[in-house]
Amino acid sequence: MPEITRDEVAHLANLARIDLSDEELDHLAPQLSVILESVASISGAAGDDIPPTSHALPLTNVFREDVVVACLTPEQALSGAPEVEEQRFSVPRILGEEQ
Amino acid sequence: MTDTLVAFDDVLTSYDPAMGLEVHVELNTASKMFCGCPTEFGAEPNTQVCPTCLGLPGAMPVVNGKAVESAIRIGLALNCEIAEWCRFARKNYFYPDMPKNFQTSQYDEPICFDGFMDVEVEGETFRVEIERAHMEEDTGKSLHVGGATGRIHGADHSLVDYNRAGIPLIEIVTRPILGAGAKAPEVARAYVAQLRDLIVALGVSDARMDQGSIRADVNLSLSPKDSGVLGTRTETKNVNSLRSVERAVRFEMSRHAAVLGGGEKILQETRHWHEDTGVTTSGREKSDAEDYRYFPEPDLVPVAPTRAWVEELRGTLPENPTARRARLQTEWGFSDLEMRDTVGAGALNVIEQTIAAGTTPQAARKWWLGELARRANEQGVLVDALPVTPADVARVQALVDEGSLNDKLARQVFDGLFAGEGTPDEVVAARGLAIVSDEGALSTAVDNAIAANPDVAEKIRDGKVAAAGALIGAVMKEMRGQADAARVRELVLEKLS
Repeated sequence: MPEITRDEVAHLANLARIDLSDEELDHLAPQLSVILESVASISGAAGDDIPPTSHALPLTNVFREDVVVACLTPEQALSGAPEVEEQRFSVPRILGEEQ
Repeated sequence: MTDTLVAFDDVLTSYDPAMGLEVHVELNTASKMFCGCPTEFGAEPNTQVCPTCLGLPGAMPVVNGKAVESAIRIGLALNCEIAEWCRFARKNYFYPDMPKNFQTSQYDEPICFDGFMDVEVEGETFRVEIERAHMEEDTGKSLHVGGATGRIHGADHSLVDYNRAGIPLIEIVTRPILGAGAKAPEVARAYVAQLRDLIVALGVSDARMDQGSIRADVNLSLSPKDSGVLGTRTETKNVNSLRSVERAVRFEMSRHAAVLGGGEKILQETRHWHEDTGVTTSGREKSDAEDYRYFPEPDLVPVAPTRAWVEELRGTLPENPTARRARLQTEWGFSDLEMRDTVGAGALNVIEQTIAAGTTPQAARKWWLGELARRANEQGVLVDALPVTPADVARVQALVDEGSLNDKLARQVFDGLFAGEGTPDEVVAARGLAIVSDEGALSTAVDNAIAANPDVAEKIRDGKVAAAGALIGAVMKEMRGQADAARVRELVLEKLS
């Protein structure tokens, strides 16, 4: 049975940039474990001859022609941005994670 | 902080280097990897974006078939196996240059795997094994505002342009390159150089390192000599010129040796390359950020290239650039130095085409690496970007060979070609450049020169043939350069014998 530990939840929260307090971790970790167990019951329904799948439809090779189509105007593209500067999305600086 | 360094030669007495190279190639498709936005370099910010590449909710990506084709051709050219079935995967991380908060990439099912490339360094061949080449998408570009150098440190905030986000990339990853020893920096450089040549020959990318369409990450570790145990590696990101690839390997070898020699451990981290100072500095430590929680991309169906398609693409592969170069050198009879100069000047194709148009290899080389290379250099372009075609050069040389032009007049024909005055023959006609073959006019000019220079004429009569140059010069001047100097010389000596 899969089980998710409190440490793993804390790690995932960190990766997902969600700030959880100790109380929240205590509260959420057991709940996530229960959810995982419930979902895991699906694997019991599949026999050994059923391979895991990532897609609902048995399709492959769905390609598009390499053709340019109209894109958004910069005004449209930036319309949802909280801050805009020099026709760019303005974001807070990110420390120590330059890619 | 300045790192202490160990002299390069001293590194090798104690350690063996191991390298791994990751090269990102931006494909030259017209549209992006998963949407129809254009991929032009240098467009105004955020003018080549749509809901898909901005990661807006509900947008559905569809794979660019041309990008898959290019990926397969690159894989085949690198002697890779092509997967019969593979998927895209989401690489999850939070960084503003990825608006979706994940990069669509491939994880444990790359489209190309298990290949190799033979790299030549000073006559020695190193086999670089290719672990994988997979498809992914490029990120946006961040501009850090408030910092002194555009780098993130000291920046107040960042401005992001997503024009580049979603442009197809192929990431080519080598297995550890062992046994290169003192030649490790040169092998790394030669690998990237040969890879670039291959990409150019395939025609799948602009292959401009200066514009970032080929970018290299250099992994390096040292192991105690002959121990066979790999050391801890560092990954130097975004090394964007061939020279820098060589320098980055050299620098990291010296730095690693200093750290290890001081009894300390190498930190597994990414490092930044500084082109101006030739050093690397610490980036981020590889820890949490390495946990990308990959999972299969549910919005894209698997790619399953049929064997028939793969074989069809194999049939489109160009001759291997290294083999081609060796073949042409033999055919043309060029020395190693001449060949290196030709390749360095980017003149291989134009010289090949000039020879195909009927010019001898040495004459083709003379024009393209002499007069035309000089003009290209003045204009800051490569010879193949000049407004002179191989056919033009072949015609000019043919006119020289048949005695209608000499080299000096030929250079004036090139002036006309650069000025857009038409074909070589039109320039010759319009500028009146052809050599005067009227023996009467030539004879008169020689007589005039002799009459005007009695002293010189006397010397030549006395057998001082070397003095003829002065008379030839006078004749050429009177003929405004439009005479065959060899014929003038014959006439001078004939008349004064």
